[in-house]
Amino acid sequence: MKKLGLVVIGLSMAVLAGCGTNVRDQVLDANTGKGQVELRSIQTRAFDTTDKEKTLRTVIATLQDLSFVVDKADLDLGSVSGTKLDGYAVRMTVSVRPRNASQLIVRANAQYNDEPILEPKPYQDFFSALSKALFLDAQAVE
Amino acid sequence: MLITKQSSNLAKIIGVVVLLGAVLTGCKSIPENALALKEDSFANRQLQTRKYDTLDEKNLLSASAAVLQDLGYNLDESETALGVLVGSKSRDATDGGQIAAAIFVAALGGGNMAIDERQMIRASIVTRPSVDEGSSLVRVTFQRVVWNTDKVVSRIEAINEQQIYVDFFDRLSKAVFLEGQQI
Repeated sequence: MKKLGLVVIGLSMAVLAGCGTNVRDQVLDANTGKGQVELRSIQTRAFDTTDKEKTLRTVIATLQDLSFVVDKADLDLGSVSGTKLDGYAVRMTVSVRPRNASQLIVRANAQYNDEPILEPKPYQDFFSALSKALFLDAQAVE
Repeated sequence: MLITKQSSNLAKIIGVVVLLGAVLTGCKSIPENALALKEDSFANRQLQTRKYDTLDEKNLLSASAAVLQDLGYNLDESETALGVLVGSKSRDATDGGQIAAAIFVAALGGGNMAIDERQMIRASIVTRPSVDEGSSLVRVTFQRVVWNTDKVVSRIEAINEQQIYVDFFDRLSKAVFLEGQQI
């Protein structure tokens, strides 16, 4: 029984270490296994429009279509946050800012319960829904 | 004596499995398609949206704020430039059926069963110009988090009961003196 106990403690520690419990790692998301450049490209798309208000309003409508309840929105900052509850909690912030004379950059970041969402797929799904609602292509940004 | 020892070992193993399960769920990643449009997305949009023959979004928003107050919500956030209004309230979440079930379980010797105790309900209202000229869309969405008597979150969900939305828009229509049309 003692041996089993030790094995379990060791295993739990390994699992917990995998989740990252270090303060610095958690505050700065420093140990997610994804570089900042890679993450930014997963979370960012460019759209051929300069209408910030319309883009933000479409982001809000898209979040609502995806069952999010809007938490906050600010036209001057160009940001919107929302929460989706469905047996889990997903919190997402989307910001819109000019890229050049003819394009806007849309950046999204989200967390699932207590973990950052780092996989490309959820962001691809979000941008695909947004792109349909905007009638514009979502362009990858390097 | 042997039986008690065996059963206490079993209890320990079960405890360990539950603990590991809890630890592992902490690392679980987002469900497939959580951020993708689904078949029910359009039905929900219809349920949660009405069209009003006005371009005065500010009037729609202030009437919506008044309706939220009528319904006991406190306003948390607003951004009129984007047509956004957010409110919330804390309420009792006890349910007669659950209390009956808890009493039944206790009567059978099942001990103290946690039942839903309180809930935080959030509403957000968004207005925007409709593609049909001269009209605006209002979409309201509700969600809630429920805590049980053990102070643990027992439910975390969107509220999609049709009657709630019908009632909400009835009130809003009266407040703006306009008929809310289905989209």
